[in-house]
Amino acid sequence: MKNIFSSRFGIIFAGGIIGIIAVTLQKFGNPPNMGICAACFGRDIAGALGLHRVEALQYIRPEIAGLVIGAFIIAIIKKEHQPRGGSSTVIRFFLGMFAMIGALVFLGCSWRALLRFAGGDWNGITGLFGLTAGVGIGVIFLKNGYTLGKSYRLKKSSGWIFPAFMAALLVMVALEFKVSETGPLFSSLSGPGSLHAPLLISIAAGLLIGILAQRSRFCTIGSIRDIIIVKDFHLASGVVAFLITAVVFNLIYGQFKPGFYDQPIAHTNHIFNFLGMALAGLAFTLSGGCPVRQLILSGEGDSDAAIFVTGMIFGAALSHNFLLASSAAGPGTFGLAAVITGFFFCLIVGFIMREKID
Amino acid sequence: MTERIDATGLSCPQPVILVRNIMKKGVTDFEVIVDSEVAKENVIRSVAKNNLNADISSNGDTFTIKVCKR
Repeated sequence: MKNIFSSRFGIIFAGGIIGIIAVTLQKFGNPPNMGICAACFGRDIAGALGLHRVEALQYIRPEIAGLVIGAFIIAIIKKEHQPRGGSSTVIRFFLGMFAMIGALVFLGCSWRALLRFAGGDWNGITGLFGLTAGVGIGVIFLKNGYTLGKSYRLKKSSGWIFPAFMAALLVMVALEFKVSETGPLFSSLSGPGSLHAPLLISIAAGLLIGILAQRSRFCTIGSIRDIIIVKDFHLASGVVAFLITAVVFNLIYGQFKPGFYDQPIAHTNHIFNFLGMALAGLAFTLSGGCPVRQLILSGEGDSDAAIFVTGMIFGAALSHNFLLASSAAGPGTFGLAAVITGFFFCLIVGFIMREKID
Repeated sequence: MTERIDATGLSCPQPVILVRNIMKKGVTDFEVIVDSEVAKENVIRSVAKNNLNADISSNGDTFTIKVCKR
């Protein structure tokens, strides 16, 4: 049977609904301009597990688990659950790590760059320019034979592990699990980590977006990449729909506050905003998709995507432990050094991982 | 002889890039083998954009997309 979500109408419909869900999550309590953000939420999960100890950034974000599990369920139903892996696994881990480091210099992934823009935070535009530049560099490598190589079919069970890990996180947050009085799971009492929609709403939203994104192949990085490579506006039409509904519903909810200054969980250092997102865009492009797409692929049984996500969570912990991440006050002490290192890594990978094209 | 692209196991956007490269050489008759729905959808879209015809046959775990002039 034909997948209706793979049509032009399908991707626009999915993008539009996802945009509405994202800003509605903010209405229900998620942090401002952060309805769904794989970078911020990955960082909060790292904090909740105690991988970093910034008290304001600790919460097992149920949306992330919902995304993976939603994609997992629909992939099983549609017979698209395809356990696979073995395509430059370690490189993908470090691409995930540097993607996160770059995203946390900007303060958001590609999804939040769009959501910040949709909420009137014009620094989001700087981020989107940076993102596009990063994707553009990635495309140059792709056009010159860059590849991380083939993946291989794996045993069914290997495709269950990452969704099971996410389910375990959900159970732990639902039961308010604690190792000891002072131990994990940590949960912020103030700051962004303390702001969240009610548990069931977060889970439902994650599941729904997971299903829609799996069926439609919604990808924020792919949208820019496909325009540059093959002038294909298919994915971009979904992203534009996402942006439009997000703006409209932000206006309806009174969440639209235009300007560069005093924006929530944002800084105005344009150079860092641009460079951070350029690094993230490059790392996402070299690994094949935006962070939410990687979560969806993890749900579909793609071990390489699951490793990328794990690398992101590791990167979040490093970012905060090593003072790489920005905050509302501005860039972190070693943010620039980390971004430069990340660029070096990505460029080396881009040059080395090439196959001859005829 | 019909040119053949083996795009099995390749993730986004590699299958599309391989197809793009072969179309750029002016080849209009070729076969692409993919092993995921996503790759299949992307290749079909890319071929259709270039006004070529795509015939899809499923063989167990893989799909063969036969491309020819309309």
